[in-house]
Amino acid sequence: MLFGIEWDTSSELAFAWSILPILLIGLWVTVQATVLGFFVALVLGLILAVLKAAPSRFISWPARALTEFIRDTPLLIQLFFLYYVLPEYGIVLPAFLTGALALGLQYSAYTSEVYRAGLEAIGRDQREAARALNFPAAHTFTHVLLPQAIPRIIPAMGNYLVSIMKDVPVLSVVTVLEMLNVAKIIGDRTFDYMVPLSMVGGLYLIMTLVASAGVRLLDMRLPKQGLPLK
Amino acid sequence: MAWTEYLTPLLAGAWVTVQLTVYSTILGAILAFAFGIGKLSPNGLIKAVSVAYIEIFRGTSLLVQLFWLYFALPIAGQVIGLDLRLPPVVAGVLALGLNIGAYGAEVVRGAIQSVQKSQYEAARALNFTPRQALFGVALPQAIPEMMPPFGNLAVQNLKDTALVSLISLGDLAFRAEQLRNFTQDSTTIYTVVLFMYFGMALVVTALMKTLERLVGRWRYASN
Repeated sequence: MLFGIEWDTSSELAFAWSILPILLIGLWVTVQATVLGFFVALVLGLILAVLKAAPSRFISWPARALTEFIRDTPLLIQLFFLYYVLPEYGIVLPAFLTGALALGLQYSAYTSEVYRAGLEAIGRDQREAARALNFPAAHTFTHVLLPQAIPRIIPAMGNYLVSIMKDVPVLSVVTVLEMLNVAKIIGDRTFDYMVPLSMVGGLYLIMTLVASAGVRLLDMRLPKQGLPLK
Repeated sequence: MAWTEYLTPLLAGAWVTVQLTVYSTILGAILAFAFGIGKLSPNGLIKAVSVAYIEIFRGTSLLVQLFWLYFALPIAGQVIGLDLRLPPVVAGVLALGLNIGAYGAEVVRGAIQSVQKSQYEAARALNFTPRQALFGVALPQAIPEMMPPFGNLAVQNLKDTALVSLISLGDLAFRAEQLRNFTQDSTTIYTVVLFMYFGMALVVTALMKTLERLVGRWRYASN
């Protein structure tokens, strides 16, 4: 029994059917961690991208080094670091939030590059035209650069969203009850790992295929020339 | 304890991490070429198997694959009457290699497809067999194209080896967790470990850059 739901071990099929609702509870946690982690990655990545583009080398160089460091070290170790080290400095977060933070941190290194590439892909002439029209810098950013950058950024960001989803099981090491952890617990108690773990594999496959199709669809429907400003 | 005293056990773990990375990267490279070329095969069965392999291992989480090989496969083996219990090292190398191989296969496919059509037409005009066209004309041009993404995947693979600590393999991440349990000195241990992984990643990147130059040698010779 898990989350108050009993399982039926009379046959493999009955077992699979009876643990499906339990796995779906885990799946919901996986989805929440994915969304929160993605949100953190989008925000931190933007901050890193802005710092890396700073005119002063004293800002851009450390930001670049930090990005490289985050990208080249494993999520698992970053997660352990945040989980055990933050409380020593008085920051006590629930395991779920620490996990989402670690996911966001790891992927901020990747998303910051997406922002950079998206903004750099816009021709210089756009900036020059905005300047010639006497647009303030902020207005140029929000009304000229961003609407053109977003359609270029979205497909790459979508791929990272799917990657984050596949990395959520790592959070099980700090006791987050996401889908794989739930399946593992069911396996520990029934000694049947094959059914729950295979089901998790199948559910993951469905989720990633649906998410990838969604990203492709979004990509096709986005106007290539930039978002209309209305 | 000074942080230098942690180095001996951590370096022992790092050596396991290095071995895991090397073995699984080699396995992954073999699988990448086999299934990347297989996906372009005119034979429907080979193509279907390659697509299925790539989709399954790219579409599910590495940790799920690792747990499946380590916990579920022995039970599947029982059902069909085979002993499929894998030692952690084998399960680890297999899971890492299969996972990175699926990502690599897409790189191989993309690089082969990016070879200009005229090259194939020329090979055909010279009466090359399809096999000669692939190995003699397309691959030598495609392999240098694969190297930068392969470099990223090798670093990805190095980072992913940390997950095998969860099936009790004594790699760097496992040693770090052991030390932390023993000393409670998490800040120092994990800082050292992060820098050790970073150092290894820099070495992997440098090695892949060297390999990139090696396989692309002929391109620059003519310029």
